[in-house]
Amino acid sequence: MSCWQTVQDYAFRSLGYGERLLPRSDFTLCEQVTLIGSGMIWNIYFGLFALISGFFLAVLVALGKASPLFWVRKPSEWFVFIFRGSPLFIQFFFAYFLFLSFRQADVGLGWLTNAWAGALVVLFLNTAAYSAEIFYGALQSIPKGEVEAADAYGLSGWKRFRRVVFPTMLRLGWPAYTNEAIFLFHATALVFFTGFPAQQQRGDALYYANYFADKTFNPFVPYPILAVFFILMTLAIIGVFSLINTRLNRHLPQQKRPKLRIRPQIIR
Amino acid sequence: MAFYASFGTVLLLLAVTAPLALAFGFAGAAAARSALLPLRWFGKSYIAIVRGVPDIAFFLFFVIALDQFFEWIRHQALCPDWDQPIRQGNDFVVCAAAKLPLNTAPQWMHEGYGFFLAVLTFAIVFGAFSANVLFGAMRAVPLAQMETAAAYGMSTRQSFWRILVPQMWVYALPGLSNLWMVLIKSTPLLFLLGVEDIVYWARELGGTKTSRFTDYPHGDWRMWYFLGLLVFYLAFTKISEIVLDRLTRRLNHGQATSGGEKLRRAAA
Repeated sequence: MSCWQTVQDYAFRSLGYGERLLPRSDFTLCEQVTLIGSGMIWNIYFGLFALISGFFLAVLVALGKASPLFWVRKPSEWFVFIFRGSPLFIQFFFAYFLFLSFRQADVGLGWLTNAWAGALVVLFLNTAAYSAEIFYGALQSIPKGEVEAADAYGLSGWKRFRRVVFPTMLRLGWPAYTNEAIFLFHATALVFFTGFPAQQQRGDALYYANYFADKTFNPFVPYPILAVFFILMTLAIIGVFSLINTRLNRHLPQQKRPKLRIRPQIIR
Repeated sequence: MAFYASFGTVLLLLAVTAPLALAFGFAGAAAARSALLPLRWFGKSYIAIVRGVPDIAFFLFFVIALDQFFEWIRHQALCPDWDQPIRQGNDFVVCAAAKLPLNTAPQWMHEGYGFFLAVLTFAIVFGAFSANVLFGAMRAVPLAQMETAAAYGMSTRQSFWRILVPQMWVYALPGLSNLWMVLIKSTPLLFLLGVEDIVYWARELGGTKTSRFTDYPHGDWRMWYFLGLLVFYLAFTKISEIVLDRLTRRLNHGQATSGGEKLRRAAA
């Protein structure tokens, strides 16, 4: 079987298209690369949607955390503390069994036990909490002069937020947010290793890498392939985010623009 | 009962891993700023590789890889007259005397070995993270301090141990305390490594029990067990936060940093 044939069979295996049976013996390098790459579709799906939806909630929570109102501030603080203070791993497990009990209680939320929805919800809340903390920090470090200038121009309320506070917050928080995005994508690898089952062996990249490592007893091939895929994705994220970074800082003189420095540090 | 003991497993893992990872990190950081080129390359690439890849892939990879590595070394040492290849197709075969742990060993040896592998993996991964923190901290120590040491006629080794190492901790502490939080949160990954930790027992005990097998039949309680774990981790994080805050105050005392300055002002 030629490599191209393998690609045709397995490129969308993780979504349920193409060949149904996974290869069982005589694994070729091509099969491993294709299947692990096919699993990456899930990682990208989870990462992308959680990141985009989480962004909006994060801004809201960050504003809530900075709010002077007690009943707005406390819930935001607790939200951030709960999701940042406990392991994502446990969050996945808890959420899965919570959704499972929804299904048994038949309240119409049973579809959340599917990985594509349930895991996305958990990742969404998790990344919202982490980014809210980042944006909160950025909000605190907005130069006093900029807000005062906005006041002097007679901007207030929504207009001041839209034109002054929000862009500056985004600009200041962006390097840290890039880091968060990278780690969100790394965290997507956890999905099929926690409660959420992979139906009909449609899993993410790590699921397939683990499958091959289990079958061949040789971790030295699938895991490096997985690592290369993740590094490629990390590079893509850095590329996109640095474009946005340039755009956010376009009003600053060249040498004053902050560079994106990637500091991978976080495990959740 | 085993459920409560598994909390002990987690605490033991933390107690053993944290110093070990710190030692790995110290060695890595010292290697990365060594004057010898190969040693420097080794230190830097250790830091770079481990930080670039999702941690969970590393956890899955290292456990098998280390296991095979140890068995391979014992195989070379113990069975010199073994003529078959070690990798036979998809199987990894070593002679019976080189098996780790020995097939005849009691059960606790197997569990202990699994735990040992887990600790080593954690130490390698977190060692890289802490190496990065310590490397940064060593560079943050004011150059004037090192120059003064040289002016007093200290050798490189003396100034490293007497000036650099005592002073770097205050710079390293924010990073290290962050790392400690992350380490707490990554302990449930033990479950993936096959150690019977709290996640394992929560799944086992929480599952539906019928009166046929146990005196205490109950429905699916896994959700509540995981809620308990969530609370356990949150409480642990909170306590660590408080302790680390105190430690920071202690270390800042009398240091030539803004934190130390603030303490001095407050006292005066």
